[in-house]
Amino acid sequence: MEPAEIIQHSGGAIGAAWLMIALPLVGAAVLLLGGRRTDKFGHLLGVLMAVASFVVAALSFAQLLGFAPGERRRGIELYDFIPGLAKVGLLVDPLSISFCLLITFVGSLIHIYSIGYMAHDPNRRRFFAYLNLFVAAMLLLVLADNYVALFVGWEGVGLASYLLIGFWQHKPSAATAAKKAFIVNRVGDFGLLIGIFTIFATFHTLAFNDVLANADKASSGTLTAIGLLLLVGACGKSAQLPLQSWLLDAMEGPTPVSALIHAATMVTAGVYLIVRSGPIFQGAGTAQLVVTIVGVATLLAGAIIGTAKDDIKKALAGSTMSQIGYMVLAAGIGPAGYAFAIAHLITHGFFKADMFLGAGSVMHAMNDEVDMRKYGALRKVMPVTFVTFLVGYLAIIGFPLLSGYFTKDGIIETVMEHNAVLGWLAVLGAGITGFYMSRLVFMTFFGAKRWEPTAHPHESPAVMTWPLIILSVGAIGLGGFLVLGNRFMTFLSPAVGAPEEMPSFHPFSLTGLVTLALVAIGAALAWAKYGRAEVPAVAPRGSFLTAFARRDLYGDALNEALFMRPGQWLTRLAVFFDNRGVDGLVNGLAAGIGGTSGRLRRVQTGFVRSYALSIFLGAAILAGAWLVVGNL
Amino acid sequence: MGESITFWVLAVVSVIAALGLVFSRRAVYSALMLGVVMLSLAVLYAVQDAPFLAAVQIIVYTGAVMMLFLFVLMLVGVDSSDSLVETIRGQRFWAILGGLGFAVLLALGIGNAVVGSPKGLAAATRSGNVPSLAELIFTRHVFAFEVTSALLITAALGAMVLAHRERAEAKPTQKDLSRQRFVTFGRTGKNPAPLPGPGTYARHNAIDMPALLPDGSVSPLSVNRYIARYEESRGTLSPEVAQVLEQEEAALRAAGHSTPTVTEEVRDGGPDTEPMPDDGDSVVAGRVVRPRGESPMESLSEEDGK
Amino acid sequence: MTTHYLVLSALLFAIGGVGVLVRRNAIVVFMCVELMLNACNLAFVTFARQNGNLDGQLIAFFVMIVAAAEVVIGLAIIVTIFRTRRSASVDDVSLLKY
Repeated sequence: MEPAEIIQHSGGAIGAAWLMIALPLVGAAVLLLGGRRTDKFGHLLGVLMAVASFVVAALSFAQLLGFAPGERRRGIELYDFIPGLAKVGLLVDPLSISFCLLITFVGSLIHIYSIGYMAHDPNRRRFFAYLNLFVAAMLLLVLADNYVALFVGWEGVGLASYLLIGFWQHKPSAATAAKKAFIVNRVGDFGLLIGIFTIFATFHTLAFNDVLANADKASSGTLTAIGLLLLVGACGKSAQLPLQSWLLDAMEGPTPVSALIHAATMVTAGVYLIVRSGPIFQGAGTAQLVVTIVGVATLLAGAIIGTAKDDIKKALAGSTMSQIGYMVLAAGIGPAGYAFAIAHLITHGFFKADMFLGAGSVMHAMNDEVDMRKYGALRKVMPVTFVTFLVGYLAIIGFPLLSGYFTKDGIIETVMEHNAVLGWLAVLGAGITGFYMSRLVFMTFFGAKRWEPTAHPHESPAVMTWPLIILSVGAIGLGGFLVLGNRFMTFLSPAVGAPEEMPSFHPFSLTGLVTLALVAIGAALAWAKYGRAEVPAVAPRGSFLTAFARRDLYGDALNEALFMRPGQWLTRLAVFFDNRGVDGLVNGLAAGIGGTSGRLRRVQTGFVRSYALSIFLGAAILAGAWLVVGNL
Repeated sequence: MGESITFWVLAVVSVIAALGLVFSRRAVYSALMLGVVMLSLAVLYAVQDAPFLAAVQIIVYTGAVMMLFLFVLMLVGVDSSDSLVETIRGQRFWAILGGLGFAVLLALGIGNAVVGSPKGLAAATRSGNVPSLAELIFTRHVFAFEVTSALLITAALGAMVLAHRERAEAKPTQKDLSRQRFVTFGRTGKNPAPLPGPGTYARHNAIDMPALLPDGSVSPLSVNRYIARYEESRGTLSPEVAQVLEQEEAALRAAGHSTPTVTEEVRDGGPDTEPMPDDGDSVVAGRVVRPRGESPMESLSEEDGK
Repeated sequence: MTTHYLVLSALLFAIGGVGVLVRRNAIVVFMCVELMLNACNLAFVTFARQNGNLDGQLIAFFVMIVAAAEVVIGLAIIVTIFRTRRSASVDDVSLLKY
């Protein structure tokens, strides 16, 4: 089934969809330009704008549901950006509205949570300004109806991410992490930019509608090139191999940022880009294969990293990488995988935000301690956090009937049908997920107390726990709601197309049973090692494999060896060449002229008679020359 | 024939005079040599049918310009002589080489440019040399002629402007000078009265006669040191004067004046010493000890002081 | 005969030039310049007769006027310099150099 036509639309909530972007943007502008005067109400304004944006999104969604399925792609023209070349407009369709709902809903909850989490930070107002800026940029990214506006939003979220990772810029580690995220993202953005250029060169337009409708007219080589370039962009933004290195360091930012940007929304932009550009990838089998390989590699790499990290946020970041790997894998398959990719994206947005905020709640209680080896036995002091975290945990490992069970198993089943090798690797990833998430939970909430003497854990205030509760509700039921009866796939099909036959959900398929068994084994292993046994306060040295995982699979070392060192050598060479070669030439020339002039000026003795002599001799020579020439 | 004789005589004279102009150490000699050259040239003009120019040459050059030169020489110091030692390396060699080359080249070039015997000016000066010239000046060249008048006026004004010195303060009156003398007397004990003139109760009022004090002895103040030294060297110094000078010297030595006195300075630097080597290399104003009134430029330098 | 006059003129001119170059006393330098001017005048007068044309004499006449003006100004300058520097050497006025 092909995507439906886009219908130009005005009026109603969809006609006012631009408000979704404008409201948080206004919030950010007011808070940033207003300065200290807005300190008192800044957080409230930020929350208000996010919630208002959610209301617009919800109303638009309601209006969209009112149309027949084939008429659910609505375009809104805003203005001519470059007349004749790029019209800027919004595209409200099932795909973008799903994202909008996720972004604004989770975003609003995280805004609310941040009121409590950042209560003691003197720069809370600035924090909310950046959050609002992020929401606006992210909404622009998903609502744009062309690649240029998408790129503007893409860069906007990159900027917001940079600002928020480095929010505590007094910490050198935070500043460095922000810079790292920015630079690695530049690599990806560069790929995306060249991809957009190629699209324009091929199709002479940048609007999704025109490009995607004509995708089959381009040669498969061109489509492969575009697809791979877009994939580079997606890898950068979604922390996929080989551009994954920034995500773990990005955990230096405040925890709500990690939850919103680096778990729920921004890092999924790559998945959005691949799904949105579906027809391009469908025309390029090679690109699709590369996408799936990248997805599988990342889901395994993230999972392995997650097993070795003692920092709760970094373990969760590894998990995020892994889960996005699942989404990319599904998105690489084609229309059969799109719905599962997006569904998993949405449920992941809920349960991962839930767990990140839970982790934030734990850190809040433990004096910002992030080392899980210094937690333990927190389930009794923080019951709400514990329960909500447990829900998120069960959802991610795919406990039956919770969200992850439906969406992740859906991905695995689909992949298995598509390619058995990739499928079994995905199953293996699920087993590892069971291990490292259980490890995380056991180390944090079970076992003996390993707290620092100064730690006095307590439950977080209501403003922080309520978002956790709401998110955990989503983590429980959303997956089943979306997947059962192919509800989401049907909803999404006007936007991204659908496979020829709708998949049917088998609760106890072979794959599902194997997955569950592997997950159970992983959890049991984790219990044996971290639940029942004593957890050492200092991480044991571990084997080579442990070191491998702890060092992020030597990703940074690889980057340093492959890019940083040669770059430094190149720079040194250039500096040397500039200093000796270019400067030497220029300075040598100047020194040569200066030296010659210094000697030549000695001719100017100041003695009138010397000058007169030169005139006299000159006249004599002239006379001689005249004689010679005249006699010739 | 007559012209040839005149030419050869005057050519030799003028070349020798020109060489003398260049190579004489004293500027006055140079000026006189220049005068000789100019007069010779005037005669050569006259020989070549240019009687008016010959007259003008004598009047303007020899009469006015040369007098101006001499006047300035007197101002600057008539008996100064130049050192002929060259200070700029290679200057003299190249100058003489250039001069020889120039002379040869000019002689070859211009001398060979003339072919044939002179046409003579008989046709051009039918109404006489001066009227013909006047006709040319006041007809064809009248504009140039008028411009030269402007030039001359400008030159006169320029000379005045350049030579003029603005007096910064009022000229001292006799009262001021008198007060100044007594102030000096109070400070240093210098006699405010004029120096005694020669010959009080003397048989002569000549400059070499010392004044006599009422007791008939010689006043040392009135002894002209130069004349005394001159006479001493000729052996005609009168014994009274010699005695007075010796006494003064002894008194000064007794008083412990180790520093050279005015008298001694005068003795050391007599008239033989160049009072003003106007070859300025070695001259720094005020370093050369120079008795009052020796240099003709003294008045000028005095004015500088004021 | 004309050639003789011209050679004499060239000789005087060259002697004047050498004088300008080797003498340091500004007044003597000036005299040498006058000598050069006179040498030129001799050439003019000679050519006037050679060509039967009074213009040569006329130009010599103008040269005299200009020379007179020049001497007036030049000597005034020398006197002024002498007043301040107590010297008429052209080599002393050599501050304008490298």
